[in-house]
Amino acid sequence: MSDENLPAVKADEEHSQVQVAEPIPDPGIEPHEYRITDIDPKAADRVERQVSAMFTLAGLLALGSCVAYFAIPRDSTIAFGPLSGNANNMIIGLCIGLALFLLGAGAIQWAKKLMVDEEISEDRHPAHSSPEQIADISDAFKQGVAESGFTRRKLIRRGLFTGLGLLGLPAIVLLRDLGPLPGRALFNTIWAKGIRVVNDVTDRPIKPSDMIVGQLVNAAPANLAPLQEESPVEYQNAKAKAAVIVVRIKPSEIRTPPGRENWGVDGILCYSKICTHVGCPISLYEQTTHHVLCPCHQSTFDLADGAKVVFGPAARPLPQLPLAVDAEGYLVAQSGFTEPVGPSFFERG
Amino acid sequence: MSDKEFPPPVKYLDDRLGIAKIGRKNLRKVFPDHWSFMLGEIALYSFIILILTGIFLTFWFKPSMGEVEYQGSYSLLKGLHMSEAYASTLDITFDVRGGLLMRQIHHWAAVLFIAAMMVHLLRIFFTGAFRKPRELNWVIGFTMLFLGIIEGFIGYGLPDDLLSGTGLRITQGMIGASPVIGTYLNFFIFGGEFPGDDFVSRFFTIHVLLIPGLILALVTVHLFLVVYHKHTQYAGPGRTAKNVVGYPLFPVYTAKAGGFFFVVFGITALMGALLQINPVWLYGPYNPAEVTAGSQPDWYMGWLEGSVRIMPGFESHFWGITLSWNLIIPALLIPPAFVTLVALYPFIEGWITGDKREHHLLDRPRNMPTRTGIGAAFITFYALLWIGGGNDLIATHFGLSLNNVTWFLRFAVFIGPVLAFWVVRRVAISLQRADNDRLMHGLETGVIVRSPEGKYTEKHAPISNYEAYSLTAHDRMLPLDIGPETDDNGVRAPRRALNKLRARLSRFYYADAIQKPTTHELEAAHEHAHDSDEIHDISETETYREVTSDRS
Repeated sequence: MSDENLPAVKADEEHSQVQVAEPIPDPGIEPHEYRITDIDPKAADRVERQVSAMFTLAGLLALGSCVAYFAIPRDSTIAFGPLSGNANNMIIGLCIGLALFLLGAGAIQWAKKLMVDEEISEDRHPAHSSPEQIADISDAFKQGVAESGFTRRKLIRRGLFTGLGLLGLPAIVLLRDLGPLPGRALFNTIWAKGIRVVNDVTDRPIKPSDMIVGQLVNAAPANLAPLQEESPVEYQNAKAKAAVIVVRIKPSEIRTPPGRENWGVDGILCYSKICTHVGCPISLYEQTTHHVLCPCHQSTFDLADGAKVVFGPAARPLPQLPLAVDAEGYLVAQSGFTEPVGPSFFERG
Repeated sequence: MSDKEFPPPVKYLDDRLGIAKIGRKNLRKVFPDHWSFMLGEIALYSFIILILTGIFLTFWFKPSMGEVEYQGSYSLLKGLHMSEAYASTLDITFDVRGGLLMRQIHHWAAVLFIAAMMVHLLRIFFTGAFRKPRELNWVIGFTMLFLGIIEGFIGYGLPDDLLSGTGLRITQGMIGASPVIGTYLNFFIFGGEFPGDDFVSRFFTIHVLLIPGLILALVTVHLFLVVYHKHTQYAGPGRTAKNVVGYPLFPVYTAKAGGFFFVVFGITALMGALLQINPVWLYGPYNPAEVTAGSQPDWYMGWLEGSVRIMPGFESHFWGITLSWNLIIPALLIPPAFVTLVALYPFIEGWITGDKREHHLLDRPRNMPTRTGIGAAFITFYALLWIGGGNDLIATHFGLSLNNVTWFLRFAVFIGPVLAFWVVRRVAISLQRADNDRLMHGLETGVIVRSPEGKYTEKHAPISNYEAYSLTAHDRMLPLDIGPETDDNGVRAPRRALNKLRARLSRFYYADAIQKPTTHELEAAHEHAHDSDEIHDISETETYREVTSDRS
């Protein structure tokens, strides 16, 4: 066994271990103990039968999975307490899973019980190269460098680095068309003056009299639904920003932030549904407290108090949409949102 | 007896590839045996299972966000508008035989893949297997864990169901909080505003080609280095830093490791068959205006989710810009800082201890109390954030106030790790003491002897020489000595301040650790024991069984 490099007694002045004579000398590998299968041929034969049975059963189960594939209708189900589901799926999976498991268990049993289990020792070698190898390779490298003239010919070197370096640019520039520039996209929604507020399931416009105190309706702008036919992408993108909640609160319980005195209609207020934290649609409303909770990170907003944050990681109130009633008595927007909806972003201001 | 010639097909290969040269070295390569060495194997095997089941899924999955009307056999969603990605996921689930099975095996294997990598990483950490010469392999392994988490998360986003879309919306919101580049990054990643119609096809390529390719390359290097360095082993009789003791690759490990692959595959297949995971058909197609309560990501994203959930809502607005500290700190600063610390740990510890030797013998965690304490602190920090990711579920299940759970965690993430460090370090030191007691005074037999003067003593039996050796086969740890302030000529040593810091850290690192007894101490203890009749070999008639029957 060579001593080169392996944990040295004192590698250099920096290392901190102090070598004191070991209190117990190494007694060497423990003597090998025989297993029952090493001594008793009957026990060994028994294990052989076990292993062979596991392998054979694995094969049969593999066949079984093929039979199940064709024999079990794909829409049949198994209902057995928590183990319920599609029968085809479950039986195929059971057969394949057990087959794989038995194949593996058999191999391991074979290794543990029948294969020679005498521990053997192998020498380690240092990870680093020998001084001769290091000398050889550095000579070869120096020779290569000298033959190429890489260190002497500065002009070539500079040219090479410039060329290689600048080639990184197209690699980045070519990705430019991954997406459009943001522009003002995040500042606008499709809400605008006079757009009706419609129920987001039925698409029906809402009259103030439709809403009772304590009710919350998920709503959308009336101009959203037609977008779906035109362009499903535009529809989804517009919806991701324009979704709102309309809520009716007893006017006496409302604390109106300054400047929003005429943004509600008879205690009906409209807020963006998109959480100002990371943009989940907020959805859990508690009537008695007027709190609405975002199920993603539990930011809680008080709808009776300008939707300001009462708990959680969100930093800003939900933007409010100023409401009015149109000539036919339906709820409409007085204008678009006066601030960007959804999560914060750097340019938001 | 030995054959001089290969059989023809092997000869054909050897003539062209020289396989005998490679095989000669490796066929009987020795690997040590320990249950904790199979954790990495589980990770490797689940990765292979992921590739196999993943290929199956790509045959039917349509990575497109084009809108279609669902007409498959799942009647509850029939006629609904949805993306092709979601519709084809439903087809795999309901119309392709074995499709749901493969989807579930794929998902279970993904969850297992990351769990196995993490536990493997903890094993490496607590046993010091990351020390020279294996620091680079630690970094490679860590990179795979990192890539695996991203891979898992992106895969979770592909079916384009309500839950995965919500996860992406959250990610998009976090990216958007990056100062200066956030909005641009989002527009480039999602091809414009969220959700757009690009991300599924883009993520698909990253999920099935880019990241698996990288992981595959890294796995290859990782395993090559394991072979090159040879596996570490626990200290024990005959096991030295200069050898490796165990069983040969062929046949023992061929059978054991090969068999274990089938066991892991078998168990994931059974899980896929019997245990439902990610039932996307229940969530419905993604709709940016809807969300389900109790939304949870896959377990490995939980700590990030928790980090974001427990952060109070701070935001700065000035000069027309917004800095969302409520996202920058918990999502963009803390997680990267945490993982960087983990990735660089081998180098940090190596610098503090000043240890530059190769290490092939594993530490028992108790013998490195400070490292073990640091590990416990990291686990606690991670676990508390992870609990934070389910603060709503904890509140509803245990009838607690959500706000109180959150407030508790806001403090606990700072206090918990410190407490864990302190407790675990003290426990490790106590265990070291117990080891020394065992060495010096032997094993308590439970046999109580009364001497003629009426004194009661318990007999101690000496432990076996093999066990005694195992207990002492580790280094004696002393803090780094940085030498005198000035050398013989009165010249100040360079970088004094840095070195002083290093020495202080090193003292902290080894402080209070119990040293194993010296030869002298051991002899003295045994001497004393014989004098006072403390150590005894139990005689034929004195067995442990008798002791208990005496007492009863």
